[in-house]
Amino acid sequence: MTVAIVDYGSGNLHSAAKAFERAARESGHDQPILVTSDPDVVRAADRVVLPGVGAFADCRRGLEAVTGMVEALEETVRRRGRPFLGICVGMQLMAERGREYEVVDGLGWIPGEVDRITPADPSLKIPHMGWNTLNALAPHPLLDGIATGPDGLHAYFVHSYHLKTADPGDLVAQVDYGGPVTAIVADGTAAGTQFHPEKSQRLGLALIANFLRWAP
Amino acid sequence: MFKVRVIPCLDVKDGRVVKGVNFVDLVDAGDPVQAAIAYDAAGADELCFLDITASHENRGTILDVVRRTAEACFMPLTVGGGVRTVDDIRALLQSGADKVSINTAAVNNRQFVKEAAEKFGNQCIVVAIDAKRVAGPGTALPDAADRWEIFTHGGRKPTGIDAVLYAKEVVALGAGEILLTSMDRDGTKSGFDIALTRAIADAVPVPVIASGGVGTLDHLVEGIRDGHATAVLAASIFHFGTFTIRQAKTHMAAAGLPMRLDP
Repeated sequence: MTVAIVDYGSGNLHSAAKAFERAARESGHDQPILVTSDPDVVRAADRVVLPGVGAFADCRRGLEAVTGMVEALEETVRRRGRPFLGICVGMQLMAERGREYEVVDGLGWIPGEVDRITPADPSLKIPHMGWNTLNALAPHPLLDGIATGPDGLHAYFVHSYHLKTADPGDLVAQVDYGGPVTAIVADGTAAGTQFHPEKSQRLGLALIANFLRWAP
Repeated sequence: MFKVRVIPCLDVKDGRVVKGVNFVDLVDAGDPVQAAIAYDAAGADELCFLDITASHENRGTILDVVRRTAEACFMPLTVGGGVRTVDDIRALLQSGADKVSINTAAVNNRQFVKEAAEKFGNQCIVVAIDAKRVAGPGTALPDAADRWEIFTHGGRKPTGIDAVLYAKEVVALGAGEILLTSMDRDGTKSGFDIALTRAIADAVPVPVIASGGVGTLDHLVEGIRDGHATAVLAASIFHFGTFTIRQAKTHMAAAGLPMRLDP
């Protein structure tokens, strides 16, 4: 059993790897966490994580620059159904396209586009930066045992864009920031969080542990 | 619901905490990683390290501190002090920092903010502004309109740059957050410069962290409620054990502010 965290020059891989190692140890689902840019390691992995920090187009180009990686993700996640977790821009890349600075195609796993957050209250600051509670729209194994709603645990967000799903069935959780903002999406064995579980203390480690035991 | 942030800041010199950190159960109060773990457990919403290492040769020690902190604490970490080049930023982010704070380098070269934001994204570029009142009440020009100027070198060197205009400029260039310190109030325990905080917070679309002058828990409330900041940063009230993070957040919640009080 291995977890591959995809290294394509984007994202805080050190923090992500350490959080996955900790969650693996503490949840009793201890398994090697491999930070890798090798498509064959991704193909051989039982679970795949795609982090991402920065602009959508930059991340997309970074992923494209790793020869064979997009193909390896398609094969491992979409055809062979290995559990997948996209984080922040890694989650946004699951969309059909992004509109940050320029229009760029995503992986197209989740129908919809990545567009700017536009809070109804103009005094709300962009980026949406800080802690927010999750509003669960549908049950999902990633949220097992995690308190959601206004009195629930908090997740750490830092972003100006979000994935607007075309199919409401792909939307697992939102947060309120002058209107609904996408927090968790899922389609089949592929899921993604706009927030950073590796930076979300208790909620984050619990969600990562859920991902490590998720058997879709 | 979106919450207000409370951020303790640690001054780190050559890999050690400079100002006192007074926690029960702390094996080594001078070790920033130990202090970070204690703040993590106490419910801090983010952590900030300010590297005040004197010599350039010792810069590597902060990277080690950041790396060890990121291995132990799963919460957001901002690191500032001596950030001058794209390579400085890359090294900090790769070590586990989530955001870097740029101060003097941005004053000297505004384009550095743009370069940094384009490379790493606006969300991880914080511009730290040290400002001092130069006109209005308490100055040589008491009847003039409020005005603040940017100072560098720990508040000793005036630049003639208007703080509000500067804030707008760095945000337009890509700063994702402003860490605003009043040099008049820093270390005085007399509260934030609320007029300054509000002037900048109302002028820019990005989050503003209020800093400098916190002595009581009401000061924290004022920074958010009256200063329109979205986060408050403090050092000594937490390090010397005057108040705990929990006390601060409970007090702010009682004053009606939305706070994260996860168990």
